[in-house]
Amino acid sequence: MQETTESVGHIVPAKLYVTIWAILMAMTITTVLVARADIGPFNVVVALVIATIKATLVVLFFMHLRYSPKLTMATVVAAMFFLFLLLGLTMTDYLTRAWLTNPGY
Amino acid sequence: MATSDIGDIQVAERALQHHFADMEQQRDTSSFGMWMFLLTEIMFFGGLFCAYLVYRASYYQAFVEGSQKMNIVLGATNTAVLICSSLTMALGVRAAQMGKPKLMVILLLITILFGFGFLGIKAVEYHEHWENHEFPGPNFHFETGNPAHPASDPQHTQIYFSLYWAMTGLHALHMVIGIGLVAWLVIAGLMGAYTPHYYNPVENVGLYWHFVDLVWIYLFPMLYLISKKHGV
Repeated sequence: MQETTESVGHIVPAKLYVTIWAILMAMTITTVLVARADIGPFNVVVALVIATIKATLVVLFFMHLRYSPKLTMATVVAAMFFLFLLLGLTMTDYLTRAWLTNPGY
Repeated sequence: MATSDIGDIQVAERALQHHFADMEQQRDTSSFGMWMFLLTEIMFFGGLFCAYLVYRASYYQAFVEGSQKMNIVLGATNTAVLICSSLTMALGVRAAQMGKPKLMVILLLITILFGFGFLGIKAVEYHEHWENHEFPGPNFHFETGNPAHPASDPQHTQIYFSLYWAMTGLHALHMVIGIGLVAWLVIAGLMGAYTPHYYNPVENVGLYWHFVDLVWIYLFPMLYLISKKHGV
């Protein structure tokens, strides 16, 4: 409304894109190196944390979420919520089945 | 500059559909529509991720053994290729925003090259798995680490490979579609379809491309890097 001639979206500096790219590349190398070490159950934790940080950077900067209207942010939150429902509620079933057959497990 | 500005605004006026009040509303609407589509895509892949989690929780050892057949070097290279393609895509959208159609076309062509690079590397991996009978079905064959003390059932490893082929296959299909969409942007860009006032298709295809990158960011650790430790 306030912009009369411009309908251009936010232009992100090229330098920022290159920085994000460098972080993503470094994290990819990190995740491979960490996977080579055996740190037991933390292997999967580290791998998923790194993947989630990478995904967040891609969504915020490459996909411009940081500069998008609130409606877009609500859409992303809705997507995460429903994905959590799908994965979370399914796993509450599968991960607790052993409790019934092995009381005290 | 002034004449090209007027030209840009004329292109933009032609691009404005009659049911929108102005370009800004049209742009926000098209962007919202794309994000809603990506939401359905997340749930689409989410079903496969859910199946993966359920079977991984049930047959962890079989999944570890299956994942040890993955070529981590090729997988990591492909991750890097996709991240590079996302950078050129983002810079391509930026070039469109700034009214540099030639730069946009060059960056999008590089993005397409990265896309083919990804598919080529994936094809090498697929060929390897196919040759090693790691494709689910009657020809599936899998030796566990120590046949005297099999740590896992090969049938369960077959489930891992079913999910591997389904998830990476669906992802590769998205890559093929993405390459087609970017090629369409290149052609339209060469014909001067996009200006700083109208580049919704570039922005939306960019969103799609980054989304496909996003799926791979999760597929790579989940399928390739399950556990270094070999089952006892």
